[in-house]
Amino acid sequence: MLDLSLRRRQGDFHVEVELSAGSGVTALYGRSGSGKTSVVNMVAGLTRPDQGRIKVDGRVLYDSEAGIDLAPEKRRLGYVFQEPRLFPHLSVRGNLTFGRNRLPAAERSVDFDRVVGVLGIGHLLDRRPSLLSGGEKQRVAIGRALLASPRILLMDEPLAALDGPRKAELLPFIAELSRQFAVPILYVSHAMDEVLRLADTLVLMDQGRAVAVGPVETLLSDPGLRPLTGRYEAGAVVSALVASHDPAFGTSRLSFDGGTLLVGRTDLPVGSKVRVRVHARDIAIAIDPPERISIRNVLPAVVKSVMPADSFLVDVVLMCGGTPLWVQITSLAQAQLGLTPGMRVHALVKALTIARGDVAGQG
Amino acid sequence: MFALTPLEIEALYLSLLVSCWAVVGSLPFGVACAWMLARLDFPGKTVVDGLIHLPLVLPPVVVGYALLVLLGRRGVVGGWLNDWFGITLAFTWKGAAIASAVVAFPLMVRAIRLALEGVDRGLEQAARTLGAGPVRTFFSVTLPLVLPGVLTGVILAFARSLSEFGATITFVSNIPGETRTLPIALYALTQVPGGDAAALRLCVISVAVAFAALLASEILSRRVQARLKA
Repeated sequence: MLDLSLRRRQGDFHVEVELSAGSGVTALYGRSGSGKTSVVNMVAGLTRPDQGRIKVDGRVLYDSEAGIDLAPEKRRLGYVFQEPRLFPHLSVRGNLTFGRNRLPAAERSVDFDRVVGVLGIGHLLDRRPSLLSGGEKQRVAIGRALLASPRILLMDEPLAALDGPRKAELLPFIAELSRQFAVPILYVSHAMDEVLRLADTLVLMDQGRAVAVGPVETLLSDPGLRPLTGRYEAGAVVSALVASHDPAFGTSRLSFDGGTLLVGRTDLPVGSKVRVRVHARDIAIAIDPPERISIRNVLPAVVKSVMPADSFLVDVVLMCGGTPLWVQITSLAQAQLGLTPGMRVHALVKALTIARGDVAGQG
Repeated sequence: MFALTPLEIEALYLSLLVSCWAVVGSLPFGVACAWMLARLDFPGKTVVDGLIHLPLVLPPVVVGYALLVLLGRRGVVGGWLNDWFGITLAFTWKGAAIASAVVAFPLMVRAIRLALEGVDRGLEQAARTLGAGPVRTFFSVTLPLVLPGVLTGVILAFARSLSEFGATITFVSNIPGETRTLPIALYALTQVPGGDAAALRLCVISVAVAFAALLASEILSRRVQARLKA
């Protein structure tokens, strides 16, 4: 779907990225200044790489060797910026149809009413952008980009300018987009909760480079990438299905490759796909199965690797079925337990530690 | 009642005709120059900028004389226009319109340029990613956004044209029914004995016209602003 090989110098800063991404949502994640926006702007044609190639959906948009450099208006992509950038002199309807009207009727593959319906902006059509709230503006901006029937949708931190509740309100819409409108999304973010919720493929950016590219679960469960995935975000990501709810005790059961996890009750219906973030500090390791214990999740596992981390901590990766679990224990605990790869142990996870925010619906 | 004499009607009509043509004719060039100065970087930009602004600081008589040398019947460009197209500018109302346009041009360009510099380039980028080419983007996004600035420029230029005297009288002289606009008629009346009363009447008319133009611009620009905001 998307093949990039780009090089650009901006003063002292070098961006050098090679990546290919499939359908679904590809997240470019990294701290500010890591070159995420530069990459997206080059894909959009708003800045020119010094060298490289950009291919979307089999179509070459840029190729320095072949001398191809399509103008932004010829690239057929949708760009949702950090600020909504709505045209103030046009109504919401005028904004939504701006890109669509530039397309020949035969190429308008996205239905106007459907976009308006999915984004819930039907009641705003005749208003001016200045009268909309921040969340509404951004929804209109997303609709405007979609209605241009893009071959790829670029989103540059579309939620960054919004407050918590607005963000929570908009996330489900974005999660729906790629599937509903069958358009791949390149999503720039520096918020891990957004990545967890949205991304299929994760690209970790650092100092202008794509350091790691792969499925979200794999990259986030890799202690080696911790400097990039964030110190306080340390933890594994587990893909699971909602198996059952227990209203009497306010809990939900999630089944995953490796067993079941009991967590605080989620609002997602039974059968939903979810991603659960299990923080490395919230898992304990027991060599023998503990009896009569308050901890609800006791998962048999095998030690995969043991690596010293900074400040008297040790990173241990356990394999729980096919799911890696990342655990942090103290050096002292390691000294007494003597964990080695291949050992059979039990991972202990308190149900309480998996809060509502750690369970992200995947539709 | 304040009934206008034929002479006053003639001068008023000429003034409006000359000013309207001066503004309408120079507007496309004004927008183009403003865009060039606001958006492009090229060697010699300072010189171009200076040339455009020159009429603002030169005595209008100098501008008028330069026009006479350039566009007069025996001038460099004027002779050519006359020989090939039979167009005569000197001593006609068209010449008066050109003199007014040149003198008012810097004011128009300044106002439009200022507005262009205030436009959020991000909106233009958004339009480009939505499939609008540079020209389309200019007409469907940039121009509507700078409309208040264009309006200001037009009104300023119009007012300057109405009051134009020095360049006009030097280039096209004082010909009744052809180039005798309000200020020139007023000047002529002050030069003859007993013209005081008539001159005063022209004064009042000038004030009224200028005031009406200002008022109209105020109302228009409020409407445009409201359209952009609401």
